[in-house]
Amino acid sequence: MDVLWDSDGPLTVRQVGAMLTDRDLAHTTVMTVLDRLSKKGLARRERDGRAWLYRPTASREAYVTELMLHALAQTGDRSAALASFARRVSEAEAKVLRRALESLGEITRN
Amino acid sequence: MLPPALVLAAVATGIVPGAAMLASARWPHRSPAAAIVLWQALGLGWGLAAVGALAGFGAVGGSFGVAFGAVAGAARALREADLRKSAPTLLTIGRLAFLGAGALLLTLLCWVLVAAAARVFLARHRHRTLLSLLAHGDPKVPGALVVDHPAATAYCLPGLRSRIVISAGTIDLLGEAELAAVLAHERAHLRARHDLVLLPFSALRRAFPRSAIARRAQHSVALLVEMLADDRVLRHRPARELAMALLRFGASGLDATPSGALAGAPETDGEMAVRVSRLLTPVPRLPRPALALIAVAAAAIVAVPATLLLLPL
Repeated sequence: MDVLWDSDGPLTVRQVGAMLTDRDLAHTTVMTVLDRLSKKGLARRERDGRAWLYRPTASREAYVTELMLHALAQTGDRSAALASFARRVSEAEAKVLRRALESLGEITRN
Repeated sequence: MLPPALVLAAVATGIVPGAAMLASARWPHRSPAAAIVLWQALGLGWGLAAVGALAGFGAVGGSFGVAFGAVAGAARALREADLRKSAPTLLTIGRLAFLGAGALLLTLLCWVLVAAAARVFLARHRHRTLLSLLAHGDPKVPGALVVDHPAATAYCLPGLRSRIVISAGTIDLLGEAELAAVLAHERAHLRARHDLVLLPFSALRRAFPRSAIARRAQHSVALLVEMLADDRVLRHRPARELAMALLRFGASGLDATPSGALAGAPETDGEMAVRVSRLLTPVPRLPRPALALIAVAAAAIVAVPATLLLLPL
């Protein structure tokens, strides 16, 4: 997937395999992985002559944002899918906490 | 002797102000586990009593319990309607209406629970798939996955293949000891399967989106679960680390959070401060007699409607 993200255009299975030089992967292995990625909707593929061209469905940044939004979206009913350490707070509460943090920091220093 | 249906209706109605009292009470912060048990009893008791009351009004009186009486009532009503071929009596219609409402409520309650579980399962699956592509390990946070994003988040993905996720922003924000406290907090969530505690309350809230009490119940339980995990961390680590971590999280506010999702004020205002002050100035746990009283109350809240439903009176 990293190879697809780092590439400018769509890639064939052979090109992806060639870029994974650090690991000696069989052509079919790469093909299977790319096939599974496209079945999961993470990569899209299109015919180009006899070969399939693969491209990522969305950028890496878009997926990171999706993860973060899922983690931070605690408005409305908190999604029970995951448990955050700390919910987001309002700006007013953040100010109060910032003050508490400063006073706590002074106590430690003294 | 009052008819069981009336008693059940009274229990179902009485639980609502009871839950409101529990939601605004202060003692749950002293013994979150006891309070969670009481919340669960209230939820289960309400479900049993509400379904039971509706079924009870439609049930055939006499030596049956409400549950069997309801079945008998339904059978009789259908038989009468079928055999006479004439217009059903008002009593039959009323009985069927109550039985139908009871069955509908029971189906709704079961359905929302199943739907909530399914939704959570799918969301976690998607999240795990993305994590496997995007996140990486980091020696600073052993056992956790790191997502490269400047906003501070730390969360766990419960389940059989559980994950703890920390954002790069969090690693920048917190010191080593504070990070360890956060990890311990998340591990406590995972180990105790707090997500399963929360699930029915989230489901109930979704089933009754306009109900203030369903919302308050879910809020209360969510906060209590956080406190449970906080307390668990305190067994092995000083309270100060965790308090500092919470404060730094809160103080970092909305900086660098991805735009789009975070519209509107959070409903959870003040929670962070409550958790921090609880850590820094601990209050004594509830005394044993009080805990025993809560246990008895919880048992009674479930046992009374269950008995009325099942036992012939």
